[in-house]
Amino acid sequence: MAIKHLLGLQELNAEEILTILDTARTFREVLERPIKKVPALRGVTICNAFFEPSTRTRVSFELAEKRLSADMVNFSASNSSVTKGETLRDTIQNIEAMKLDIVVVRHSSAGVPTYLAKHLAARIVNAGDGQHEHPTQALLDLYTIREKKGRIAGLKVAIVGDIAHSRVARSDIWGLTKLGAEVTVVAPRTLVPLEIERMGVKVATSLEEGIRGADVINVLRLQLERQAGGFLPSLREYRMTFGLEPGGLGPATPDVLIMHPGPINRGVEIHPDLADGPHSVILEQVTNGVAIRMAVLYLVSGGTPPEPMVEGNVLMTAHPAGR
Amino acid sequence: MNRTAQALRSWERAETILLRGALLVDPAAGLEEVQDLFLRRGRVEGIAPQIAREADLIVDLDGMVCAPGFGDLHVHLREPGDEDAETIETGTHAAAVGGFTRVACMPNTHPPIDTRGQIEFLLRRAAECGHCRVHPVAAATVARAGKQLTDMRELQGAGAIAVSDDGSPVADALIMRRLLEYARTWDMLVITHAEELSLSRGGIMNEGYWSTVLGLPGIPAASEGVAIARDVRLAELTGARLHVAHVSTREGVEVIRLAKSRGIPVTAETAPHYISLTDESLKSFDPVYRVNPPLRAEQDRQAVLEGLRDGTLDIIACDHAPHTRVAKDQELSAAPPGMIGLETAVGVTIEFLHHREGFDLSQIVRAFATRPAEISGWGGGRIRLGEDADLTILDPHAEWVVDPQSFVSMAGNCPFRDLKLRGRVRMTVCDGRITHEEGLRFCPSERLQSQLV
Repeated sequence: MAIKHLLGLQELNAEEILTILDTARTFREVLERPIKKVPALRGVTICNAFFEPSTRTRVSFELAEKRLSADMVNFSASNSSVTKGETLRDTIQNIEAMKLDIVVVRHSSAGVPTYLAKHLAARIVNAGDGQHEHPTQALLDLYTIREKKGRIAGLKVAIVGDIAHSRVARSDIWGLTKLGAEVTVVAPRTLVPLEIERMGVKVATSLEEGIRGADVINVLRLQLERQAGGFLPSLREYRMTFGLEPGGLGPATPDVLIMHPGPINRGVEIHPDLADGPHSVILEQVTNGVAIRMAVLYLVSGGTPPEPMVEGNVLMTAHPAGR
Repeated sequence: MNRTAQALRSWERAETILLRGALLVDPAAGLEEVQDLFLRRGRVEGIAPQIAREADLIVDLDGMVCAPGFGDLHVHLREPGDEDAETIETGTHAAAVGGFTRVACMPNTHPPIDTRGQIEFLLRRAAECGHCRVHPVAAATVARAGKQLTDMRELQGAGAIAVSDDGSPVADALIMRRLLEYARTWDMLVITHAEELSLSRGGIMNEGYWSTVLGLPGIPAASEGVAIARDVRLAELTGARLHVAHVSTREGVEVIRLAKSRGIPVTAETAPHYISLTDESLKSFDPVYRVNPPLRAEQDRQAVLEGLRDGTLDIIACDHAPHTRVAKDQELSAAPPGMIGLETAVGVTIEFLHHREGFDLSQIVRAFATRPAEISGWGGGRIRLGEDADLTILDPHAEWVVDPQSFVSMAGNCPFRDLKLRGRVRMTVCDGRITHEEGLRFCPSERLQSQLV
């Protein structure tokens, strides 16, 4: 199996997704070592091109790159020539001329990673494009669920919140449904995009109904500007109707996992006691994110996935494709 | 001298020309049969089956369809202001290659066409370098700002064929009412770009399954339906002639069908891309598919086809919207909406309506020639004895593959690249002169041949 780019989970099949998760497991083990670094991507140059502000995702990618011994440069819109009216094409061609192997890109416009994959020789990893996809976030969600529950197939997963504007929701839906989970999206109608049922999910407009029997509840961040956009009457009403409260987990399974892609609006979409409580795996998601990004970068650079059950064996030597 | 130049020269030198063996399709004359056309110095002198007269030049049109010259009521020529995307010269050349003998050009240029001087400029440029007739559409409001009516009577006198703020709707319903009433005073056609901006603003593509999957901001079909509903009610109130541009949705078609059944004086157009493409095209994220109104869902495409079939939609107009390569080679959110269409319109329409949907050729000629003439009042639209020939000659079975590299338009933002089509324009005759020709058999008489040598 060869993954050339990671543009989204829509275009991956179950086998490819599982390969990434398996590869991440070997890297996850590296993160527990005293020296958390392997030479797998020595000599590979990676550019983190962030055209939209990001802290967590960028830091997670940077860490993954350092742990893999890659050479890494950061490019962000705030200190680049994009603000001077340069086109994306120019910017990217200049980056390309610097002979990069992998470009990790985040952009506020959906489809930019696809555009780059079409025009550049470098491998492209989507770190979030508009409201389209955020595949590494979904992969780390899948990884976390699989580690905790031992499987994905057959699980009931509720995704609660602003589905319409969420690239995380879209990637999660593709990943979860491809691996056989049963997905329900839960939100007021203003935040449910048209015809989302055709993506293979159920829609619930009551939190209680939506999380009934859920093995996992993934709570999305509510962008505070949704109120001004007329999508919600008030944050107060949202908290009262769709906010996850400690007393409200009754309909879910007793050992339900609570997830959140961050950053959290504590006290809006989720009560702080739940975000920090025993059901929450929110911080494990963050740790797993580094392993997932290591796996993705390793695989798109042409690395071979590990043999099943033989962990860590391919990682201690420099990557043959290292340029 | 190449073959085409030779053909053109023989046409210019010939005193008499016999166009032989074409299927003449002229819905205005109720004609659809193989007939010959006899021309004297470009003027139609005879229309009859098997004309046996001697002629200096015989053009063999066996297997071809000969129709009244096509007219496109919705074209952006981009001059003045955006001559890096298209000019009057190149845009009308594209029209001629596409089989059109007249185009109406929209006023959203820089500056916009809202004064007599601007109209005169367009007409002068068209006379200098045009490859077809150009009928300016004047802005309906000053600077297309939607506030103050333009000096419509003066613009009409200067040659404006209609008024429109195309590119933007007239947002204020009262201004729209006044402009319809005032236009009616002078029997001026009002073309509406029907879009409720408060619903569509920020949108990039049709709102539906594909916008959900792609995470692109959606433009609901209702933004068109609501706006058309407002405007046909205002047409009913005022009695003005309203023409609805680029209808793309089922809701739009339904509202117009109802309005027509109530006798409201409304006509409507759709574009070749709405009969052939859907919003699924956007999954490539290729900005060439970004257009306003956006490519819609399959059910909308079906409704547009039905609207053309039952006459709810009167005409097909390209909404030819050239953009530079630089402008279109950007992320989807930054690339401007619009696609070119003049050089593919006839091929796409014959492929999708005639070959795939079983439309008669006469229905297609009606949509490209007869009805545009009736709606705009620009003359033409039928083959008349005693007038300069104005003809579109096409081969409905000719297969070709769309290659924007070969276009005479300056722009390449064509969504039909690499598409295989059946149906191609072979010759365009405007005002008795050939404006485009490819691959027909020209047989000059011996006398003419000796003159040409």
